Amino acid sequence: MLIGGLLAGVMYSLVALGFVLIYKASGVFNFAQGAMVFLAALTFVSLLERGVNFWVALVITLAVMVVLGISIEKVVLRPLVNQPPITLFMATIGLTFVLEGLSQAVWGSQPHGLDLGIADLPMQWLADATGMFISQFDLFASGIAAVLVASLAIFFQYTRIGRALRAVADDHQAALAVGIPLKHIWAIVWSVAGFVALVAGLMWGARNGVQYSLTFIALKALPVLILGGFESIPGAIVGGLIIGASEKLAEVYIGPMVGGGIESWFAYAIALLFLLVRPQGLFGEKIIDRV
Amino acid sequence: MSREQRIGETVLSVENVSLAFGGVKALQDVSFDVREHEVRAIIGPNGAGKSSMLNVINGVYHPQQGTIRLCANGAWKQFHDMDSHEAAAMGIARTFQNIALFKGMTVLDNVMTGRNLKMRASFVEQAIWIGRARREELEHRRAVEEIIDFMEIQHIRKAPVGKLPYGLQKRVELARALAAEPRLLLLDEPMSGMNLEEKQDMCRFVLDVNDHYGTTVVLIEHDMGVVMDISDRVVVLDYGRKIADGTPDEVRANQAVIDAYLGVAH
Amino acid sequence: MLYREAGQFKSTYAEDQQIFPIRQDRVAVLALLVVAFVVVPLVANQYWLSAILTPFLIFALAALGLNILTGYAGQLSLGTAAFMAAGAFMAYNFVLRMPWLGIIPSFILAGICAAAVGIVFGLPSLRIKGFYLAVATLACQFFVLWAIQRIGWFTNNSATGVITAQSVEILGYAFDSPERKYLLTLAIVAVLALLAKNLMRSETGRAFMAVRDMDVAASVIGIPMMKTKLLAFAISSFYCGVAGALYAYTYLGTVEPEAFTLDLSFRILFMIIIGGVGSILGSFLGAAFITLLPIFLNVLFGAASHTFGLDISHAIVSNIELMIFGGLIIFFLIVEPHGLARLWQIAKEKLRLWPFPH
Repeated sequence: MLIGGLLAGVMYSLVALGFVLIYKASGVFNFAQGAMVFLAALTFVSLLERGVNFWVALVITLAVMVVLGISIEKVVLRPLVNQPPITLFMATIGLTFVLEGLSQAVWGSQPHGLDLGIADLPMQWLADATGMFISQFDLFASGIAAVLVASLAIFFQYTRIGRALRAVADDHQAALAVGIPLKHIWAIVWSVAGFVALVAGLMWGARNGVQYSLTFIALKALPVLILGGFESIPGAIVGGLIIGASEKLAEVYIGPMVGGGIESWFAYAIALLFLLVRPQGLFGEKIIDRV
Repeated sequence: MSREQRIGETVLSVENVSLAFGGVKALQDVSFDVREHEVRAIIGPNGAGKSSMLNVINGVYHPQQGTIRLCANGAWKQFHDMDSHEAAAMGIARTFQNIALFKGMTVLDNVMTGRNLKMRASFVEQAIWIGRARREELEHRRAVEEIIDFMEIQHIRKAPVGKLPYGLQKRVELARALAAEPRLLLLDEPMSGMNLEEKQDMCRFVLDVNDHYGTTVVLIEHDMGVVMDISDRVVVLDYGRKIADGTPDEVRANQAVIDAYLGVAH
Repeated sequence: MLYREAGQFKSTYAEDQQIFPIRQDRVAVLALLVVAFVVVPLVANQYWLSAILTPFLIFALAALGLNILTGYAGQLSLGTAAFMAAGAFMAYNFVLRMPWLGIIPSFILAGICAAAVGIVFGLPSLRIKGFYLAVATLACQFFVLWAIQRIGWFTNNSATGVITAQSVEILGYAFDSPERKYLLTLAIVAVLALLAKNLMRSETGRAFMAVRDMDVAASVIGIPMMKTKLLAFAISSFYCGVAGALYAYTYLGTVEPEAFTLDLSFRILFMIIIGGVGSILGSFLGAAFITLLPIFLNVLFGAASHTFGLDISHAIVSNIELMIFGGLIIFFLIVEPHGLARLWQIAKEKLRLWPFPH
């Protein structure tokens, strides 16, 4: 059961990664990430249902996400360049609604199933050997997450673009002053985030079906980010694992005492605790206010 | 009565204050005193700890060591742990280096916030706008208008503060500090970023405040001309330590000060 | 030219402090009140009263509450719907268990309960700011809804979690028709709006704005952080609580916890962004805008279908509505962050000169 919680946590981490990326590179908390996940998943599934080949659909969806990323940068971010973060956050809330409406207007609002070819069944040999029930699917998801995290971490640490992204996240003006092409950078970042959204969308869609409730995953990601720190990729993973595990454990152990259904807010309670005790999260950097 | 004659007993005493941020020592064992009605300047090179010193006096930072003693109505109060809200209640008001005005409000509202400690009506009374709340608001409005006249900012009283030029904003900030009718006024570089004319105006205001209201003033200032002209005594800080303390003339002639800060005329 | 202030001098501070210092404004507001209280009930049909005007007033009140917290005091809150829910369900319980109280006192007590919830969930604001605080308010939103759904006492142990609001009676006079419900709502909202305006003009309002603009400076000049922030949460939640009670009693009738989801919180946030943060008038403008927009769109698409012979499904219209909401938020944030209220002020400025060119 603990394992189940951990693996569920990996799924949260996948979504949280998208947030971290955008926050790391542009200092914006993209509330619309959930809507992006939804849009990606919905587009992909709808293409599949219209008979498009799996890989082609994947490429097309990716292209859509990239275009989306570039347009968001142009229409929403650029005009709001020097506004306080709260304004940007509210703009992304607006963006969420736009994307939700758009996805459903274009593709319709029925739920879709998504089959990635990997069954959500426990692996028999493992169950026989150790008595643990771990689903193939969860394992696959963890694998994907691990690969993603590793490649993103390398990207940020060691490539030139990665460094530029980190500079931009730190201080827009300063980055401009050293000649970093802000617009290109942001377009890149949002596109990468779109790609991550796609992956997350596929994973979640396969597990829960592609439907409107997918957008609410964004809300689950928030506690993950608070725990892990908004700017830390390893933090997103660790945070996701902790949230996933504790949610499950709380539901099982504390749930029956208070009528069940704690899952809806338990993650937030943990996040709240963290906010009061260690607001920068486990891996984040402390922010000091200068008078 | 000349200024020297009016200066009274010690009203603020800074004793062995040390302040550090992590590994950075902002202040090391600084002690000095301030007498009532005087104008005390704190000078020194950038990073010497001057703003930190003011922040300690009014409770924004808490020193690791040392105490601040404040004389209130003849009785001495001692702290090393006062918080800024308590400092305000004890009659300490200040302005900031980077203007700390409330950008979303008008000049009038900003100065009125300076009166907040004197307002007694509860929020319920204010909502219904009767009796005490109404009277208070009008009374304090009257007091604030006097200060606005004094600082010569009547023409902009309804302007949103964010739209004003820098020099006027500094004046509004001073007005807000005065609105509290403070005993001790801490000014952090009140004249920075001003041209000669604005500086002269500001000097005049500071001196008028000191004369007219009798307020004790502690100010940080870089312009030596200003310091020499308006202050009664000067404290010099360098790298967090006090290196000189005395009248402007004494300090100007002090070798350590010349080496660290003033330099020599060629 | 009609709007000139020339000749209207203020000779006392009291005159300067009026809510509507310009005579034309006073006349206009008086006229508006007359229309709202007298003309509308006589002229408007049932649909307009019960489906448009009454909810508009209720949302305006909730928007007012949120504006006090987020617009004036600068504490971003995504838990508005939770406070409304608290007000609604507590009002239900007061009327149910203490019927001798009367409906207005029940509403007031419900508001106070909502205020208490607000204070508890406002405590984090003492340590965290900005959008981290928004996250904390999300915790409030989810927790309160869960509590109402799981703890039977709130719904009088209703199996479905749905309650039916009792009929509204004051001193034997039943408020059962749309006209009467509208008038009751109007009266309550008008009074609360006046109280809010007074409050925001006085020291409390200034303290809120000071905390919003620069809380360190506010603390330095003596404004008590904790008391001010918690007061903002309390007052704001009170308003939202009363709005929630009205929502249940004069609009919904049958109330389920699902009526108070995060979606509603966002809606109200949109109202204040579009209407104007930090403005009482803005709350009303925003509420009007968001209440009327779906109707306007429906009419528009209905007309488009007719003229062009297109069949635009309801689902598509509501999705386009979502997109327009979102788009407007972004638009206003970019172009006029102070919303419709500022646009209105600008219009008034222009009216001063009209019809002269300059």
